[in-house]
Amino acid sequence: MIKYIYADAMDAFPKLKETMFKDRAWQFKERLGWDVNVDETGYESDEYDEINPLYVIFELPDGSHGGSMRILPTTGQTMVNDHFLDLTDGVQISSPLIWECTRFCLSPNAGKLAGKAASALMLAGCELGVRFGLENSVGVFDARMVHIYRRIGWAPEILGTSGKGKDAVSVGLWEINEESKQQICAKSGIAPEEAEAWFDASFPVDDSFDAMVA
Amino acid sequence: MTKLETFLDALERSQTPDDIQSSVEALRDSYGISNAVYHAVNLDGSPYAALTYSQDWLDHYQEQKYVRVDPVVRGAFQHFHPQDWKRLDWSNRGSREFLGEAIGAGIGNQGLSIPIRGPNGQFALFTVNDDASDAEWGQFIKECQRDMMLISHFIHKQVVGIVCPEGERDLPKLSPREIDTLKYLSLGLSRGQISDKLKISEHTLRVYIDSARHKLGALNTIHAVATAFSRGLISY
Repeated sequence: MIKYIYADAMDAFPKLKETMFKDRAWQFKERLGWDVNVDETGYESDEYDEINPLYVIFELPDGSHGGSMRILPTTGQTMVNDHFLDLTDGVQISSPLIWECTRFCLSPNAGKLAGKAASALMLAGCELGVRFGLENSVGVFDARMVHIYRRIGWAPEILGTSGKGKDAVSVGLWEINEESKQQICAKSGIAPEEAEAWFDASFPVDDSFDAMVA
Repeated sequence: MTKLETFLDALERSQTPDDIQSSVEALRDSYGISNAVYHAVNLDGSPYAALTYSQDWLDHYQEQKYVRVDPVVRGAFQHFHPQDWKRLDWSNRGSREFLGEAIGAGIGNQGLSIPIRGPNGQFALFTVNDDASDAEWGQFIKECQRDMMLISHFIHKQVVGIVCPEGERDLPKLSPREIDTLKYLSLGLSRGQISDKLKISEHTLRVYIDSARHKLGALNTIHAVATAFSRGLISY
């Protein structure tokens, strides 16, 4: 089950919030050894969590975090433009039709749902882009993701890479369109209607609006 | 030319607030919708608007201080995604009364509002609305939402260029790579030749060109090259 939640609405989901930020600490600090900030409550967060990003979250059956990623528009401040210009030939990627996706994280508690979580997250990212008319998504990711993205059926075009082997970090560009969506659905066995339902549940049509304008 | 190109072409030649107003009216007519509205809260110390709503409705909105209950304003301030009106939160009674008044005043029953943010805390909103069934509106969103997102961005750039003193503008910083790209384009090299020279794929090159274009507020590649020249960003 996927939920799209803005940072300013996360307090309504205390369990998801706590487990997401703690899982991020586990993944980025402990597992990958990135130089990230973990506070005294065990949460990993940075300045981009402060500017009201949209989180795409895979929720486990017990209501805890199974995986997530973070979305920001590239017309504003982004991680790629602030910190990874060396990987894009110095080009600031800024377009109303490109959003940035970072902090792709899978929970150590996802267990045998980890594969499903990874596919569902990518599908949810693609669905978000299709529904909001985007052309591309740009993201930063570590070496092990390259092969996960390929397996999911939606591989980015890599703009640049620094570091070698498993320490490599890349910036990549995904194409958002109906074919990408169908491809992820075919590989993951998740029906396109399910992805549409995730979106509609998080951005619901308000019945009082419909009643008023009828 | 597509509807989008025709609009952008006219917008590019807009030099005054009246020209912007005419572009917004032409946009409403070419897309066959009821209204189009560009509104910036604060540009160089003042609000700015180019819109097709009636003066009566604007006065009424001001008098009633609807800005406090209008979910479009709240939604777009907090969030960056395009706001389809029926997906906003109308549960508050004040919001519903406002909606009733709006529909009574001939504002359409469907709407899409796109938040625009600039540097120095600029905030603007671009809205289109229409009287349409859910199916018709769904079709409009599918076909035209992308155009509307680009249009909102470009109107804002054009307005900032007209209204704001130079220091307040988002003067673009182009990377050496973008400058090379624009220079090669100005020399008449094909995209294939340029991507070979820069050792990147044509797809990546397209993103670099679009990125430079959006930063320069340029509506097409030729305009981007011309703008870069006129600002001394590229030279031979």
